[in-house]
Amino acid sequence: MTAFELRDLGVTLRNREVFRRVSLTISAGEMVGLIGPNGAGKTSLMRAALGLIPHSGQSSLANLTARDRARTVAWMPQAREIAWPVTVERLVALGRLPHLSPTGAIPERDQALIDQVIDRMDLGALRLRAASRLSGGEQARALIARAVVQDTPILMADEPTAGLDPAHQISTMKVFRDLADEGRAVLVSLHDLGLAARHCTRLILLAEGGVIADGPPAQVLSANLMARSFGISVWHENTVSGPVFQPLEVVG
Amino acid sequence: MTRLMIVLLSCGVGLFLLSLTIGPAGIPARDSLAALFSADYGPLTLVMREIRLPRAILAIFIGAGLGLAGAAMQGYLRNPLAEPGLLGVSGSAALGAVLAIYTGLAASNVLALPFAALAGAVIGVTLIMILAGPRGGSLTLILAGIAISALAGALTSLALNLSPNPFAANEIVFWMMGSLSDRSMVHVWLALPFFLVGAIMIAVTARGLDALTLGEEAAETLGINLSRLRILLVLGTASIVGGGTAVAGAIGFVGLVVPHILRPMVGASPSRLLLASALGGAVMLQLADIAVRIILPDRDLKLGVVTALVGAPLFLHLIYKTRRDML
Repeated sequence: MTAFELRDLGVTLRNREVFRRVSLTISAGEMVGLIGPNGAGKTSLMRAALGLIPHSGQSSLANLTARDRARTVAWMPQAREIAWPVTVERLVALGRLPHLSPTGAIPERDQALIDQVIDRMDLGALRLRAASRLSGGEQARALIARAVVQDTPILMADEPTAGLDPAHQISTMKVFRDLADEGRAVLVSLHDLGLAARHCTRLILLAEGGVIADGPPAQVLSANLMARSFGISVWHENTVSGPVFQPLEVVG
Repeated sequence: MTRLMIVLLSCGVGLFLLSLTIGPAGIPARDSLAALFSADYGPLTLVMREIRLPRAILAIFIGAGLGLAGAAMQGYLRNPLAEPGLLGVSGSAALGAVLAIYTGLAASNVLALPFAALAGAVIGVTLIMILAGPRGGSLTLILAGIAISALAGALTSLALNLSPNPFAANEIVFWMMGSLSDRSMVHVWLALPFFLVGAIMIAVTARGLDALTLGEEAAETLGINLSRLRILLVLGTASIVGGGTAVAGAIGFVGLVVPHILRPMVGASPSRLLLASALGGAVMLQLADIAVRIILPDRDLKLGVVTALVGAPLFLHLIYKTRRDML
């Protein structure tokens, strides 16, 4: 089942064409990693898909009303902003905003969902702590919980693992993978190709102003494509504990 | 209703009654309150209804307005140092009033000054809407506010500089300090609609302010229309500040300090802070207005001076607390 679709999407920022004519379809149940060198336009692609920035072409999400979009896709920008020392519980509950009635009271079933997600993200002990004063990893968890509570068929996250220690990187990726396995469509941009290799069902490689590869990780992370897009040599192997991917050297 | 709201509300009502019993006429408290509801039109009733009541009412909703607008500005800009004056509307309203005094218009009609101030506020908010528009980010809004404040301040200084005589200059300086003395019910009816309209506009933004805790982009994808929110916030704040400045002059620090003090008591939630700050603002301005009458009853101590005198040390305390928290 198609979750969303981009057709001939293009973005030009300050007279510089970032990418053009990107067409792709993302389906429910897919865990898609968006990879590419710095400046390739990963963030712009996701923002344009959401309709947050001016773009050419079509995105099925950008045409939705603000409220419908908020009920369809949850977005986690890279900057983990938590402006005030609200409790973790209140922060997570913000994800229910698009579903609230005008009176603004949180219905019981919403509260049940909030509790469930707080447990799932292992935030129980932090529930009443000020979210803005948590460590980076804890904040990341709280913000993912906020997005999960939004309870949308699509999740998009920009560099969700940036700045996290290895354990938190892995657990974050596992949460996204679980969400995908439950039938949601997940699109995350990643710099860590090792994580992309292990946790994604599909990779989209953005470089040279467009999508130059789109498919299963083993196919996209090929030596050829990595040399062409990132200018690196790589070591890639399927081991008993899953695929392992390691960038080695910068090549000319 | 949480306990905090009940406490603030009780304080507000208590101070309102107290405010009604204080004045140079030296009437016993019970007599003065009785006179307020008396059917005879004796001098006591006149004092109560024409002098003390408008003053007390103005203190309540100008204080409430400043507290509310301050909480909203801080929530929108996600900055605890934001305050209603940041938009430049109080500066341009003050400029309008100063021009009314400068040209002698203020002496010709009691309403000339407030109307000139309102005109100044309208020009100020029009400029800020043109400069920061519905599309600009919060930084554009701050820059536009600073530009308008600076321009209004410069023109106010120019008026002082060129003032025809020392009395006019004196009057301008004193007016700018802010005061609620000798206001009538006309002033109340003039400012009240602006307060109500502004308060409703700001109240509508409550949910959006909560969402902005996560930043502008996340708020937008939570279904918040940021352009609409900004317009409501700017017009609401301008309405409150413009109306308030027109009848009471520039009163600082209330919109800055009150939300800051109350934030921890509402769990830092921007939407809950709105009502709490409105109540807190009413309490703070009433306290200040009572203080000016008790401390130096004969010297016409200005309200803005007292709020600054109270506000500045509170601010120092906040700096101390912030530094301690950072360690």
